[in-house]
Amino acid sequence: MLDFVQQLVSGIALGCVYGLIALGFVLVYKATEVVNFAQGDLMMLGGFFAFTFIGMLGLNYWLGFAGAVIAMAAFGMLAERVVVRPILGYPQFSIIMATIGLGYFLRSVVGMIWGTDDFKIETPFSDGVLRIGSLVLAYDKLSVIAATVILCALLYLFFNRTTLGTAMRASSENMLAAYYMGIPVKRVVSIVWAISAAVATAAGVLLAPITFIHSNVGLVLGLKAFPAAVLGGFGSIPGAVVGGVLIGVIESMAGFYLPQGWKDVAPYIVLLVVLLLKPEGLFGLHKRKKV
Amino acid sequence: MRFLFKTDYEDDIRLFPHSGYIVSYGILLAFLAVAPFVLSSYLVSQLVFVCIYATVGVGLMILTGFTGQASLGHAAFLAIGAYTAAFLQQYNVPFPVYFLAAGLLTGVVGALVGFPALRLTGIYLVIATISFAFIVEEVLARWESVTHGNEGMRVKTLWLFGQAVPQNGPTFYFLCLAVLILTIVGTLNLLRSPTGRAFVAIRDSETAARSMGVNVSLYKVKSFAISAAITGLAGVLFAHKLSFISPEMFTLQLSIEFIIVILIGGTFSLHGAVLGAIFLVMIDPFLTYLKDDMPGIIAGIAATFGADSVTAGKIYSNVAAVASANGLKGAIYGVIIVLFVLFEPLGLYGRWLKIKLFFQLFPLYKRATFKRQKIYVKSERNR
Repeated sequence: MLDFVQQLVSGIALGCVYGLIALGFVLVYKATEVVNFAQGDLMMLGGFFAFTFIGMLGLNYWLGFAGAVIAMAAFGMLAERVVVRPILGYPQFSIIMATIGLGYFLRSVVGMIWGTDDFKIETPFSDGVLRIGSLVLAYDKLSVIAATVILCALLYLFFNRTTLGTAMRASSENMLAAYYMGIPVKRVVSIVWAISAAVATAAGVLLAPITFIHSNVGLVLGLKAFPAAVLGGFGSIPGAVVGGVLIGVIESMAGFYLPQGWKDVAPYIVLLVVLLLKPEGLFGLHKRKKV
Repeated sequence: MRFLFKTDYEDDIRLFPHSGYIVSYGILLAFLAVAPFVLSSYLVSQLVFVCIYATVGVGLMILTGFTGQASLGHAAFLAIGAYTAAFLQQYNVPFPVYFLAAGLLTGVVGALVGFPALRLTGIYLVIATISFAFIVEEVLARWESVTHGNEGMRVKTLWLFGQAVPQNGPTFYFLCLAVLILTIVGTLNLLRSPTGRAFVAIRDSETAARSMGVNVSLYKVKSFAISAAITGLAGVLFAHKLSFISPEMFTLQLSIEFIIVILIGGTFSLHGAVLGAIFLVMIDPFLTYLKDDMPGIIAGIAATFGADSVTAGKIYSNVAAVASANGLKGAIYGVIIVLFVLFEPLGLYGRWLKIKLFFQLFPLYKRATFKRQKIYVKSERNR
């Protein structure tokens, strides 16, 4: 039982990271119907920015965190402007390829600049554990869970309580109609990319104490975040987080209870089964075109 | 300028629309026939890889280019073909038998993947194929009694009609070339048959295809099966060429490389598969060239523009450092993919067509001929 709870908590913590990356996918997808295959790499780049600020320049953790988030938000806008905006509205396949190319580029350039070693960021949560009876919970894992909850609450408030958030929801419903209603759709899309890159950065920095950051971490985690987003139904924000947590827990449980090798495959098997039974994901809305 | 009048369907589906095609393909074939005897063994080896990648490219083109079903799992089909060959070879099964068996098995697996894929479109299909590829990779690593797990399998020399066919010799090159040409001709014939027309109809509009009486599910599964089978055949040749296979060779990276083949070459043409394969295989020698000669050339240019020897030396070492950095290949891939998607979605073959058209219409060519139209309203979400 104790093992089970232990595995559950570390699964949820890992799942929260997947969920945060998946959140980035979903934000961008909802706004522009673009599937950003480079989301994991944005997370990796955010982690490296934070490493540069905290580890190399010796800034305070929170300051470095904020700096990385701001830098990545700007980078997200840049990436949207350069790579995605010119091909908005083209077939999905082109856009998927463009973002795969962006991801390739980011991975290689980070590898060329910072090298391909593993890096570690010192955080206030690095060591220390919370003991409840004989249950041992590491602070770094709890911090990830807490941060995910806070971020989700912030995003919820942003989307439902602010004008900009409403504009974003409007343009994600129907870009053309939103444009006719006077919403600056291009700027809105830029900001969506900035938010999604910032969320990815938060995920990257939170992840740093659990797994080391290296230039391929984005690919590995991005590929886990995909099932998370799909499981939750691509386009549902709560779905992304729930899907992420599910994937994390499944992976953690499979690693503990099943023979070696199942850990990496179990999330995908579950995903395939879910797709077979409910192709639009758990929370996805099945929209039918009205004629 | 040549005018081609097409008055009936037979004219439209002709393999060689006019004699120029026969001449140019004849010259190409003659060159390919003498290639192993005049080119260096390194280049011949690269040509073999071009043939193998182009075969996979043709297979993927049927699925992605002509049926409109994206797949990021083709490395798994290649792996299944390669492992079937390596496994059957242990029991002294002759080459033609295990070659066909590999194609057949991969085709069946492809159909099995195709069935669940029926309900999925766009991004969901991409994720499903990625998942399939991961599962296959893991199975190959764990099913040690058959695949020897992570140790990998040694593939023995190919025997064909009582003759050894070493993977570096000209005979192997001709074998790969023959497989490629047969695949291309077969695919061309497939595409002008009702099946191929149905594929293209599904790509252009599933709803329209269905309303024209096309059995969409059947043809999607068919497309998956044919595409997988061709990839499996290429897998056998791939295994023989490398003479050693292990699970970590068939990763997502390889699947992405196959997509690069058809994307760079041109998504809607068989020429594109070959051109893309040439591009992908030749980027390695190009990088070697970049590493060896580029620093010298740039430093030389700097020197001619009046840089002193110290500055030139600095430039030399900096350029050399960038050119020999680890991830340069990935960065170049990334930039090239993005540039092609942004500026030339029809790929190298599309560029060739544009150049050809420019000379055909010379004084009348207009820039706007190939201008793309934005399609904001056509939404994937409404499917």
